[in-house]
Amino acid sequence: MNKFIPLAIFCAIAIALYVGLSLNPSNIPSVLINDPVPEFALPAVGGEEGGFSSADLAAEDGVVLVNFFASWCMPCYVEHPFLMELKKRGYKIYGVAYKDKSWDTNGFIKERGNPYYKLAADNKGRVAIDFGVYGVPETYVIKNGIIRYKHAGPIQEMDFEDKVIPIIESVDK
Amino acid sequence: MRGLISLLIFIGLSFSAYAIGVDEMPLKDPAQEARAQGIMKQLRCLVCQNESIVDSGADLAKDLRIIVRERITQGDTDEQVLAFMTSRYGDWVLLKPPFEGATIILWFSPILLLLIGFYIIYRNYSKRKPLGEVAPLTPEEERRLNSLLNEGAEK
Repeated sequence: MNKFIPLAIFCAIAIALYVGLSLNPSNIPSVLINDPVPEFALPAVGGEEGGFSSADLAAEDGVVLVNFFASWCMPCYVEHPFLMELKKRGYKIYGVAYKDKSWDTNGFIKERGNPYYKLAADNKGRVAIDFGVYGVPETYVIKNGIIRYKHAGPIQEMDFEDKVIPIIESVDK
Repeated sequence: MRGLISLLIFIGLSFSAYAIGVDEMPLKDPAQEARAQGIMKQLRCLVCQNESIVDSGADLAKDLRIIVRERITQGDTDEQVLAFMTSRYGDWVLLKPPFEGATIILWFSPILLLLIGFYIIYRNYSKRKPLGEVAPLTPEEERRLNSLLNEGAEK
């Protein structure tokens, strides 16, 4: 019987390490899941009015996405074609340009296409901090003003199918 | 003496190292600034992960430093500033995890492992059998021993 104790300890450590090491340390879970979106009102890119606010998100009936991005962010370029694809599939994406110069944001949109239903600028990055953003791009799934899911990093077809669609299906009833 | 002088020179030259974390506007009230620095040391930089926001050069860390100072001037207590951060970034933003249900294993595992170690040592010691009487060498063994010893001495 005693012979099996080291084996049992080895198995316990192996399982713990297998689980522990397969976690992605750069993936920080959001504490705002199932909380209402933080209150904010952001101006349009390069302007004063015409952006959007937390009230706009709360007034939405279906599921919407909020995407934090910047023209200086390389992964955002990787993500952009898939956002265009999501727009084509009928998803409403609210875009927040994070600490970006308005002409750079406009250039980015003009050159590559506008996947956003509405676009606003967070010049100081304060709204992003209220959302718990720690890097761009980040995408939030929001229903009736409640945050349901957060994806950090460029969102791709696979992430969307595996993680976002099940959440959309579970909340969009 | 020369060593001491050069040490002092190097310490003098390294003042720029302290400049990190005060690149924004330090608070005018030294007591408030000390509090801000104390809080910032407890907050993890979310971009570089194992640095506090005092040490980090990341943009987000800088923004968080500004927020810490802002809230302190607005009269927040240390707890309120930390709560502001954890309500956005979770307990993860604290370099020192809080003592609560989910983190009990984390806090007690070193003690637990130490106790297991002591138990193993104790068990091994108590298992060890005392050495019995040693049987005297047989004449055959004595002869072999002597020949081996002499062999070494002759060389």
